[in-house]
Amino acid sequence: MANIAQDVRASFQEHVDENLLMDCMRCGFCLTSCPTYVHLESDEANSPRGRIALMKAVRDGFIDFDDSVKHSFDLCLGCRACEPACPAGVQYGSLIEQTREALHEALPSKGVSKVVENTVFKHLFVEQNNLSKVVGLVQFYQKSGLQKVTRKIGFMNLFPKNLQAMERALPAPPKKIDKVIPKKTSTLRVAFFAGCLMDTMFKTVNDKTIALLELAGVHVDVPDNQACCGALHGHTGQMEHGHQNLIQNVEAFDSDDYDYIVNNAGGCGAFLKEYALHLKNDPTYRDKAARFSNKQIDISSLLVKAGIVDLLKEAHPTQQAVVTYQDSCHLRNVNGVIEPPRELLKNIPGTTYVELPRANTCCGSAGIYNLVQPKMADAILATKMEDVQSVSPQFIITANPGCLMQMRAGIERENVSDRMEAVHIVDYVYDALHG
Amino acid sequence: MKQSIIDQFAHIVGEKYVKQSTSELLAYSYDATANFQRMPELVVSPADTAQISAIVKLCIQEKIAIIPRGSGSNLAAGTVPYNGGVVLLFNRMNRILDFDQDNLTITVQPGMITANICDYVEQHGLFYPPDPSSMKISTIGGNVSENSGGLRGLKYGVTKDYVRGLEAVLPNGEVITTGGKLAKDVAGYDLTSLLVGAEGTLGIITSITLKLIPLPRFKKTSIAYFSSLEHAAETVQEIIANKIIPVTLEFLDKKTIVAVEQFMHIGLSTDVEAMLLFEQDGDEVTVDKDIMTMTTIAKEKGATYTKIAEDEAQALQLKTARRVALSALSKLRPTLILEDATVPRSQLAEMVRRINIVADKYNVNIATFGHAGDGNLHPTCLTDVRDEQEMAQVEKALAEIFDGALQLGGTITGEHGVGEMKAPYLEWKLGEAGIAAMRAIKDALDPHHIMNPGKIFAKDTKKRVVVQFG
Repeated sequence: MANIAQDVRASFQEHVDENLLMDCMRCGFCLTSCPTYVHLESDEANSPRGRIALMKAVRDGFIDFDDSVKHSFDLCLGCRACEPACPAGVQYGSLIEQTREALHEALPSKGVSKVVENTVFKHLFVEQNNLSKVVGLVQFYQKSGLQKVTRKIGFMNLFPKNLQAMERALPAPPKKIDKVIPKKTSTLRVAFFAGCLMDTMFKTVNDKTIALLELAGVHVDVPDNQACCGALHGHTGQMEHGHQNLIQNVEAFDSDDYDYIVNNAGGCGAFLKEYALHLKNDPTYRDKAARFSNKQIDISSLLVKAGIVDLLKEAHPTQQAVVTYQDSCHLRNVNGVIEPPRELLKNIPGTTYVELPRANTCCGSAGIYNLVQPKMADAILATKMEDVQSVSPQFIITANPGCLMQMRAGIERENVSDRMEAVHIVDYVYDALHG
Repeated sequence: MKQSIIDQFAHIVGEKYVKQSTSELLAYSYDATANFQRMPELVVSPADTAQISAIVKLCIQEKIAIIPRGSGSNLAAGTVPYNGGVVLLFNRMNRILDFDQDNLTITVQPGMITANICDYVEQHGLFYPPDPSSMKISTIGGNVSENSGGLRGLKYGVTKDYVRGLEAVLPNGEVITTGGKLAKDVAGYDLTSLLVGAEGTLGIITSITLKLIPLPRFKKTSIAYFSSLEHAAETVQEIIANKIIPVTLEFLDKKTIVAVEQFMHIGLSTDVEAMLLFEQDGDEVTVDKDIMTMTTIAKEKGATYTKIAEDEAQALQLKTARRVALSALSKLRPTLILEDATVPRSQLAEMVRRINIVADKYNVNIATFGHAGDGNLHPTCLTDVRDEQEMAQVEKALAEIFDGALQLGGTITGEHGVGEMKAPYLEWKLGEAGIAAMRAIKDALDPHHIMNPGKIFAKDTKKRVVVQFG
């Protein structure tokens, strides 16, 4: 253990920025914003302040790294709710990424979650084709009716409870979208960042995203050669595998033709916004990355800017429904987008928007967190569903694929799929305009 | 710590509620005070008063120090372990025990978050006024033990003014109750007052009965800028002389304003010397009248700019500078030391002047903001704990600020408490006889010195050099 502790300390000194650690003045204002702190009876060791203190203590050699310290880092969702709560502007997201990178470098590979992570990151998310293959299998599995059979024989009972709920939450296979005739004119020209998960498992949402923008008169390009954003690599300390994705995207979108680069996944959007930060020391790509990050916008904000609210107001009510909205942590905490999705929902005829209590707290999806930390993710989801039930919506609207899957898992978990549905905001807005 | 003793703690509170891993001990080795950190030996989370009593008895027997800790947001190293010991948490004791709308009291466990108490009573049209800046995360037990102040202190007083009664475990393990839901109670020594602000050195508070008042219906905000410190200070005095007690009367000095503007770019004019923020609450007519009068006084006293908020959104905007002051300052240097030297209101301008003299003398960066209405200033030292030479200068500067405040009839701490940090300076305020009296109380109640040792009483008092401020 002594050797590991030394290796980890050295790795922390190499990867974790001391100046960022010093930004934390330990006031504790972040505590109650942290889902793990709240769900573990106010456990300081699982709070943002605690984790930063642990990083510093490991780095300074004040303590020796051990499994208990690793556990505190592992349990962090990376939801970054602590950042808006922080009066000192601590860059917690960077710190936890650097910590995970330091651990990834220093620790020998082991454990189930490592296998999961390796499969997911080294292969699936780097090569979009690989992901398409997997998704192809998933769709085959769903279309073929095999899904019904496996559910019936209880194959999924072999897995932990959260995986079962996740399995039932897989999205339905895509349907084709009709050609769009613009209802407004706009001078906006944008490039669409498709996102690997959105472009495969949630393909229709992507099609509808483009359709909605075109309906508002926005000119949409979908540049070739774009790659997965690299967020999941970054969040798990494996930027070395994600680095090529960043370069590829920066190149693919580098054109003066675009006013904005739009995405429909909160998790991707936050990471794309931080390309500038990740490439700030790269003389070749620094400037391109800054341009790239500055042009990022989420679909809700762009739709509001393009005046889609006018179209929504005129639309015939397609249904009477109570809807609520679960924030995407990264869309809210990193990109600061709070009102635009709500503004869209509030302006849909026939739709009654009700604010979800604690909509700003993480649902427990957090990338692949629900796969590697099933117990905590389930506890967080249970609390989330209590809040959802207090509103009794017919639709839970989300703005990120991970949240969408997790909310669907929550609906399955609570056995309320007969009266509740989780949908992407693009889906909901599109349907409102296409009754 | 011996396993047999740890087992006894586990027997009292349950295995799950004894923490001893590296990460858990590290997480309770600090609080919000810069440059103080020491590991505890164990962390325990009792469920009730009986368990706390059993813990105390075990600690007497084994001579183990107890450090009671809420959220660890205090600024005087009041909850940093001094020499090992057991950190005692209240995370399982965070409920409302009784809400009495007939007697206007609420009885809560010490682990409850202060802001949650405020929110709860406000839903019922009642008001718990003390509002330390950390209220969203601080526990009421911590507030009572530190006798915390806040922005509304001028009009509504501080924590002690709202504590009606307590239940506490004494350092001998016995449980006492003091006071009650009573507006009047003179039965014997006022032990409630003794325990409030005792920083966990005289016992462990286990339940708190708070006085509530009706929630004011209306609130209004305004600001004023001044090109001279004296004009701002005269405005404060004139407002009070006009028999107006505003709910808040906050002050920002030039350095703070400049830092805020650099941080936020909200268009503050940086060529001013001071800014005052006024707020009044109550019925609409009085509030309007008071805000008008205060703004007029500011103009008469030479304010270069004034503004009254027209609505809640504008009020929020006006309050931005004060709200982000600490954040903005924290950006300037790696380490921020927030002090709370306090002087009689009439000495406000002189105190700010003295702080600036000291800062120049030792070449340290000190910005000042704070509660002008009650003379409670926050000289904020911006430095770097890694620079030993600079830290030595900082220490000298802070000592002279304490001295300067005391010369003006002030105190070394207005609302943060003594803790370990200010302990070496306490005698400057109290004198030898004062310290001896406090020590006599401490020795009588806690003869084994197991309750939060190293706090309030210092091993050595700093030598006081009386400064000539000319």
